[in-house]
Amino acid sequence: MAKIATRKLNLWYGDFHALKDVNASFEPKKITAIIGPSGCGKSTLLRVFNRMNDLIEGVRTDGEVLIDGANILDPCADLVALRKKVGMVFQRPNPFPLSIYENIIFGERIHGAGITRDELDGIVEKSLKDVLLWDELKDRLQAPALSLSLEQKQRLCIARLIAVRPDVLLMDEPCSTLDPQATARIEELMRELKNNYTIIIVTHNMQQAARISDDAGFMLLGELIEFGKTDQLFTAPQDRRTEDYITGRYG
Amino acid sequence: MERHFDQELKELNEDILKMGALAEEAIYKSVEALKNRDQGMAKSVIDNDALVDQLELAIDEKCIDFIARYQPMAKDLRFITTGMKINAELERIADIAVDIAQRTLELVDKPLLKPLVDIPKLTAVAQKMVKAAIDSFVRADIALARQVLSSEPEANELRNLIHQELVDDYMVKDSSSTPRAVQLLLIARFLERICDHTTNIAEDVIYMVQAEVVKHHPEKLKKEN
Repeated sequence: MAKIATRKLNLWYGDFHALKDVNASFEPKKITAIIGPSGCGKSTLLRVFNRMNDLIEGVRTDGEVLIDGANILDPCADLVALRKKVGMVFQRPNPFPLSIYENIIFGERIHGAGITRDELDGIVEKSLKDVLLWDELKDRLQAPALSLSLEQKQRLCIARLIAVRPDVLLMDEPCSTLDPQATARIEELMRELKNNYTIIIVTHNMQQAARISDDAGFMLLGELIEFGKTDQLFTAPQDRRTEDYITGRYG
Repeated sequence: MERHFDQELKELNEDILKMGALAEEAIYKSVEALKNRDQGMAKSVIDNDALVDQLELAIDEKCIDFIARYQPMAKDLRFITTGMKINAELERIADIAVDIAQRTLELVDKPLLKPLVDIPKLTAVAQKMVKAAIDSFVRADIALARQVLSSEPEANELRNLIHQELVDDYMVKDSSSTPRAVQLLLIARFLERICDHTTNIAEDVIYMVQAEVVKHHPEKLKKEN
């Protein structure tokens, strides 16, 4: 069964129709990339999956978004539980102005109750190990997170997410501020993480989408034009608009 | 506005066309040399092969450079990868023309074994297939590529006829004819190999145009014929 499935998903920002009848299935423990020109609705789609768009005034949605079979657009959906289950990594890493340690256990402090110091230490160690930062940072866990390099900050943000044991990681241009070496290392990390998580990434970098994703979708003007296996989409797209975009002839 | 990218693709297309023209010329001259017992022409085919080799390397280099700089996708990626493969096929075709020229040099100073009838016929089929294969690539013409594939049985049949005639009517009956008959047998085999290379080109063109792999999948060709 798909981890996430959208059924006739529509979204409006006031009068602006930002997502139009989007139907897609996101497979568990796979990386799915969403590509498309600026303003095509790809980040909006990503933010639907943990209802981040709810924070924007005038947003209206229609249709269904099923995660593990449950419609998260249901007004009764538990948003705290949803955002624990579906975490998000942003374009610019955004650690809190706290220590490295406090950043990682921040979620636990919100979601967890009665957790012991030893358990917190264990979560910090495991989360940092999962993002391959433990060896670098184990001796300076109390240092301010803001003192880290950009790449370390992005890894820390991923560690902060996985500390609350989500199922799905949403990544909105996670490497756009990183240099090519740091980008390559984050991509390697994503490949490791997909063994345990369902990852959906929005990226402008088509080569990145081609390199790391299993499935890929192309969006244009709020529509999901094409969705399928990444190798198929990048070697033999079925829709002329996809072909024009990925060969740089769009517009 | 034409992009630099498109300009480079166009240049690559022209280079492959040039490679095709060189290969076609090599086949024509090698068989003309055989028919006219023209030693000079046979030698010119052998000498010109260096040009073909040079162009093959230049095209390969351009393709690799293009991939490195532009990371082409979709139809551009299929064009470049197909272009590289067709480049190699054309170089092999030109090499085979050299083989024919070398066999011709073995024959020119010996008495004619028999009037050449079926070898020119097979040559005509091979030349037609080479031309159609190159044109199908340049024009991205699937129908023409399929026409190349459907010509293969004719080439095989002609080669078998030549083989049968040379063995049964000459080699078996008169062993002194064997050295010359073997050269002609080889030439027929070379011409048929040229036809095989054109079918590879045609299969690559079908992949380039419609992203369908028909190579080693004869059922796909039958289904659509």
